[in-house]
Amino acid sequence: MKKIYSVLVENRSGVLCKVSGLFSRRSFNIDSLAVGETDDPAVSCMTIVSSGDERTIEQIEKQLNKKLDVIKVKTFDEIASISRELMLIKVKYNRNNRRDIMETCEIMKAEIVDMSKHYMIIQICDVPEKTNLLITMLQSVSVVEVARTGTLALQKCKDME
Amino acid sequence: MIGADAIVKCLEEEGVEYVFGYPGVAICPFYNSILDSDIKTILIRTEQNAAHAASGLARVSGKVGVCAVTSGPGATNVITGIATAFADSIPLVCITGQVNSELIGSDVFQEADITGAVESFVKYSYLVKDAKEIPRIFKEAFYIANSGRKGPVLIDVPIDIQRAKIKEFHYPETVNLRTYKPTIKGHAVQIKKVIGELSKAKRPIICAGGGVLLSDAQHILRSFVEEHRIPVVSTMMGIGVMPTHHPMYYGMVGNNGKPYANRAMNESDLLIMVGARVADRAISQPDLITENKVLVHIDVDPAEIGKNVGASIPLVGDAKHIFEDLLEEKMVCEHEEWITTLDQYRETMGKKRNPNPDYVDPAEFIRFLSEQMQDDAVYVADVGQNQIWSCSYHIVKDGRFLTTGGMGTMGYSIPAAMGAKLACPDRQVVAVCGDGSFQMSMMELATMRQFHVPVKIIVLKNTYLGMVREFQHYNYQDNYSVVDLSGSPDLEKLAMAYDMKFMRLLTMDGVEEAIHSFLAEDESVLMECVIDPMDLV
Repeated sequence: MKKIYSVLVENRSGVLCKVSGLFSRRSFNIDSLAVGETDDPAVSCMTIVSSGDERTIEQIEKQLNKKLDVIKVKTFDEIASISRELMLIKVKYNRNNRRDIMETCEIMKAEIVDMSKHYMIIQICDVPEKTNLLITMLQSVSVVEVARTGTLALQKCKDME
Repeated sequence: MIGADAIVKCLEEEGVEYVFGYPGVAICPFYNSILDSDIKTILIRTEQNAAHAASGLARVSGKVGVCAVTSGPGATNVITGIATAFADSIPLVCITGQVNSELIGSDVFQEADITGAVESFVKYSYLVKDAKEIPRIFKEAFYIANSGRKGPVLIDVPIDIQRAKIKEFHYPETVNLRTYKPTIKGHAVQIKKVIGELSKAKRPIICAGGGVLLSDAQHILRSFVEEHRIPVVSTMMGIGVMPTHHPMYYGMVGNNGKPYANRAMNESDLLIMVGARVADRAISQPDLITENKVLVHIDVDPAEIGKNVGASIPLVGDAKHIFEDLLEEKMVCEHEEWITTLDQYRETMGKKRNPNPDYVDPAEFIRFLSEQMQDDAVYVADVGQNQIWSCSYHIVKDGRFLTTGGMGTMGYSIPAAMGAKLACPDRQVVAVCGDGSFQMSMMELATMRQFHVPVKIIVLKNTYLGMVREFQHYNYQDNYSVVDLSGSPDLEKLAMAYDMKFMRLLTMDGVEEAIHSFLAEDESVLMECVIDPMDLV
């Protein structure tokens, strides 16, 4: 079972280490992790995607809550959230596959954001499922490098009410 | 005033009487400032024992134990003691010196990233970056250590921070931690549910863990079980919640516990776990305690509930508050038949031992010893076969039984007994260890002599690491590997070297008289009991 944890933490040095240390110490899995400041500079938001059985999922939330630098933990499914991932893919292209790549980008709503004679960088911002799909689609082309943010997620507005 | 003065003032504000530790350059400003205070310092002989001694003091006094060590190796040496306190949920504040702030990260002499290293063994840790922060940090640290689920807090103080001048000292009266608000009072709806289940139950039982003692709830729990005649079993850390000979007490559970205690727990239809982690040694098969029964799990730490076993009724809160609330509720419990059954189990399911008459029988010896000990005595058991014998045969009257049931750190008993004795100088304190565990802490005999801490020590000597030898006996067909302790010192000569009284028992002849004179001594005594090397628990 996949779960998204939106964890508000004190924006202090060492906190990321404490949170990630908790996952390794209790052999919980991290599928993806994204960290950034919130509107309050004293607070950071960590979006952690993890998977496990029901007991593990519950333990992760409880153990996170035990950490003194953790202000709040929200747990939700992918369905109950709006989730996005930003990914940059650098590919090597040639005359023969250039059109194909552009078409794929168009279908996938990806954008070409940089280009040289042989290389281009494609940007996609979508749900993790789609970003993964784009990599699969580009498998036939030679992918040089991939950088991705990890999942960012917020609970859907209607679930808040 | 400098930072180090401020630290000492914080400790005074918290009512600290003793600091256990070992100095080094990086903690010298602190040890210089403490000279002007009434706080007594105890120079322990290795840093690990500073944390154990602080643990012994904390467990008996209910206050936070404090230790202070230097940077680098001083700090890394104390980790095992901190980890022990963490596993046993004992409140400690551990101050570590650190190299100059500007040098942190440059791998200079005696530098260690101690806050990083202890992360998974502390409730919280601080690296002080500004001397002005000292009062707030110490106030928080003491509060965090001794509230909710108790545990160790580490404060790392760079030497320049200890030396930094501060203009004024103001110790905060309250703490303001937005991320830490432990639930103390149990939820009223859940309490009603527990009462409902208790009135329905035909075979109720309470399993008490160390959390009951940590919240000082043993008296209220006893009142509750006496009022409603509810049987009680305990985990190793819960020994002492009930006096051993209390009619409602049915012994320790677990693979080293009493068979009738395990049977009672498994046959119950309502099990109330309180302040227990449901760890493997106490509950080897978590399924058994949920099968055909209602499980109520009471703990101040919500993460414990559902971690190892799923509870039918989770109840988060402090044991003392919860049992006060439970006692106020009206209910009728009827289960006399169940008590008759359990009494019968207790009488018929006792373990029979065949002691070798050529040696001291540890079981009988511990029984005689505890019979003669004062009612409020503190018995500190180490780790190994001695721990299991102590759990099985020590009779708690109104005193305390201390051991590290969580971490199982060998060498715990002597330093912990010292801490306990300092906390309550008027009570008898006896440490019982094996010859393996004794040698892990025997350097502390010097500390006992230097600071006149008259702890009584019993060494059950079998010239083996008995617990491991027993494991190899059962699991490796008596292929003993690295368990032979020959080469150990002559304890009589050792006692003489430390100018300590010494006694030796070779058989059970004259055991009662020997124990009598052992306990009657005002000073420390080291008593060696020679036991059968092949004895099993």
